[in-house]
Amino acid sequence: MSTTYLLKRLLWALPTLFGVAVVVFVLLRVVPGDPIAMMIPPGATTEDIQRLRHFYGLDTSIPEQFGVWIGQILQGQFGNSISLREKVMTLVLGKLPATLELVFFALIVATMLGVLLAVAAVYFRPRWPELVIDGFAGVSLAMPDFLWALVFILVLGVLFPVLPISGRLDPGMAFEPDTGFYLIESVLRGQFAIARELLRHLLLPGLALALPLAAGLTRVLKASLLEAMKQDYVTLARVKGYSRARILWRVALRNALIPALTLTGVQFTFLVGGTVLIEYIFAYPGIGNLAIGAVIQRDLPLLQGLVLTFAVLFIATNLCVDLLCTLLNPKVRHA
Amino acid sequence: MSTLSRAILGLNGRTLFGGTVLALLVLVAVLAPWLSPHDPLEQDLLNTLARPSWFGGDTGFPLGTDSLGRDILSRILYGARAALIVAVVAAFLAGALGTTLGLFAGYLGGWVDTLISRVVDIWMSFPAVLLSIVLAAVIGAGLYTVVVAIVVIDWTRFCRVVRAEVLVQREQDYVASALVVGLTPMRILIDEVLPNVAPLLLTLFTLEMGIAIVVEAILSFVGLSASGIPTWGGMIAEGRQYVNQAWWLLAFPMACVIVSVLGLNALGDGLRDVLDPVKQR
Amino acid sequence: MSALLEIRDLDVEVSGQPVLRGVSMSVEAGRVCGLVGESGAGKTMVGRTVLGITPGNARITAGSVTFDGRDIMRLDERERRPLLGKEIALIPQNPMTALNPVERVEPQITDVLRLHLHVSRAEAGQRAVELLHQVRLRDPQRVLRQYPHELSGGMRQRVLIAIAFACGPKLIIADEPTTALDVTVQRHILGLIKELQTKFGTAILFITHDLGVVSKICDDVSVIHGGRILESGSAADIFGRPQHEYTQALLAATPRYDRPAELHKPISDDLTRRLWEEAYAYDAAPVRL
Repeated sequence: MSTTYLLKRLLWALPTLFGVAVVVFVLLRVVPGDPIAMMIPPGATTEDIQRLRHFYGLDTSIPEQFGVWIGQILQGQFGNSISLREKVMTLVLGKLPATLELVFFALIVATMLGVLLAVAAVYFRPRWPELVIDGFAGVSLAMPDFLWALVFILVLGVLFPVLPISGRLDPGMAFEPDTGFYLIESVLRGQFAIARELLRHLLLPGLALALPLAAGLTRVLKASLLEAMKQDYVTLARVKGYSRARILWRVALRNALIPALTLTGVQFTFLVGGTVLIEYIFAYPGIGNLAIGAVIQRDLPLLQGLVLTFAVLFIATNLCVDLLCTLLNPKVRHA
Repeated sequence: MSTLSRAILGLNGRTLFGGTVLALLVLVAVLAPWLSPHDPLEQDLLNTLARPSWFGGDTGFPLGTDSLGRDILSRILYGARAALIVAVVAAFLAGALGTTLGLFAGYLGGWVDTLISRVVDIWMSFPAVLLSIVLAAVIGAGLYTVVVAIVVIDWTRFCRVVRAEVLVQREQDYVASALVVGLTPMRILIDEVLPNVAPLLLTLFTLEMGIAIVVEAILSFVGLSASGIPTWGGMIAEGRQYVNQAWWLLAFPMACVIVSVLGLNALGDGLRDVLDPVKQR
Repeated sequence: MSALLEIRDLDVEVSGQPVLRGVSMSVEAGRVCGLVGESGAGKTMVGRTVLGITPGNARITAGSVTFDGRDIMRLDERERRPLLGKEIALIPQNPMTALNPVERVEPQITDVLRLHLHVSRAEAGQRAVELLHQVRLRDPQRVLRQYPHELSGGMRQRVLIAIAFACGPKLIIADEPTTALDVTVQRHILGLIKELQTKFGTAILFITHDLGVVSKICDDVSVIHGGRILESGSAADIFGRPQHEYTQALLAATPRYDRPAELHKPISDDLTRRLWEEAYAYDAAPVRL
């Protein structure tokens, strides 16, 4: 993988980040709701308000504020959250692992589901499983993660309560993690009961996030597989005596994944964006949930920091998907 | 019925389903005052969280009531209005903006195209949900805020698709002959290219309507849509809160959103299938 | 003595259109049988039918295909698999597309070995090296580690030949194996195929449109047109004493190195028309014996 290519991609990411930062910054300064007004106790004097305003740097002009903010960022300082009274950096880093675990979980589920369904659809062609899978994919595609989350809550959380619908872990369970990566830690420490509970809590939000992505992947991968099955190398595999299943799994799939991933790649970033709502709906303590709180509270520093974080995650996801595509394709690897 | 006439009429399973949903939506929205058994805003504090009478409750509320005793059925029927208004207006505006820019980018090429495409790329790297929420928070809650949010976020969808289509159309013979005849680019765009892009626009429009309904639901779920009138998203938010005590609060508005979205999506898909083979490509 | 491969009265339709009309021919063990015809004559379809890889819309409406005494036409996929790659193999036409682009060369050779001969991975690797030696590829170890796109067309064809001979099959279907190659490379590949064939005693059904190629490598010849076998015989017979008008015309139409001054005659339209009329007459005949 050429380093110049990677560097170029990273460099291109910077102006995007900058653009995002500017837009958010300006937008929020135009906010009608005054964050200071929302946090002061009744009976505060105008001097108190002035002091608070000065403390948060909200009494200077917008370009000045922006300059200050950029300066702070370059020093790794993201300021203090107005509503939660902590450093933004601490808050974000504290909740980020939870979101990362959720996103990775959803990613794995989506990929496995997408691949399995696509392969099954082609294997059972033209019998009924293919129609079922096609229909399911069609419906899933039309329903965004938000709606799936609600359906799950209603059906699997309340009507047939089999899975938990809020939080990360039952407060009753004893767990003293060192990092925010609960799942990884609990497995590494051998605390499998905890890990199981963590997974149960991850399941519904993860599935809600994963289904639209899985559906998109299934559709594209199925088309890609059908194309691959028409190729000469598949004919040769048949002539070598490969079974149909083996042809699909070992020959067609690897070839079909590359164009499929290229086409659906961008949808992986929607996974990251989806966490905002899904975490809120499931009361899952990640940065998405934090973001909604920040918006409602008009907590500017926190919100800015979070939007930047999300933008970074987006770009990182995009890069990873691109990297994966090039890794899978030997022609590009050896170019 | 022959395949051709069926295609011209735009009938296949999906358009039929989708069209019915849309028609129902419009009907309900328009006739809400006459169809609703109660006033959607009227609170009945003696009958809060009442069971739906269609599901075994004994009060006069077919789909139950919410935490303030308001009739769910009536609120749903009126909620269709918010959904529909947002859907139509937002889809139209997003379409207008995106199509215009897409037409220019695709047809004029050069620096115009590069500029617009770059803007689209950067725009699309914003976390859409988060941004729409931020935007709504900035402008303040309300139905028109929702419309603005949708337009601002999703015009790129139209732009990208239209641009790609125009790139194809630009190479067609009819464009060349129009140029030879001496029509100006603007004329060509409006009179020649646009009509050929129109079927695609129809499909995108219906798809966008579905998206608009979802975004409206999301924004009202977060409390950033109109608060005075009943909205499906607002009902869903409350439903989420009381889901353990009164599942009907969540189930019915959610079902409405789902059916609307599925229907509009089906309509868009069906239209695309119908219009594609009929048109010469 | 019955032939290794016996095709009798084979009728095949594709999407309702007849493609093979009462094809009867045989391939003797250890001999190379050429199947010659113009494009569209149906020769590839014969090979595909034997291998059982006809396209989805193809239907075998009559006839039989017997291999080594067994009726292989009516076998289902599971019964046919042990044969394919092991007893009957294919040298495909297009070396540029026949190899799996995302896999290295080694697993594409060792897979047949492990699948049919149940050897260990190490042993299969060894055999793969030997095979590449036999197809005259230099530095086999290196080639095994490479991806198909790193090899030239000729090299890829050699790999495909190695794959075909890997399990020591009794019959190899060579479907125009040199058509997609440069003329200079063609000669080498042909020579290689002949050499290996003689060495292993494999029977080959050599499908081609090029009579020149047939004369170099084939022991027996069958001429096909419009899905019908017009003439069959030993190479000596076909080239020396061609009986059918079409065979004679084919021979006359082939440019010859030793008589370059002679203008070659294209096949007359009249002959072509008559042949097709006969073909359609076959389609219309209600009873086939």
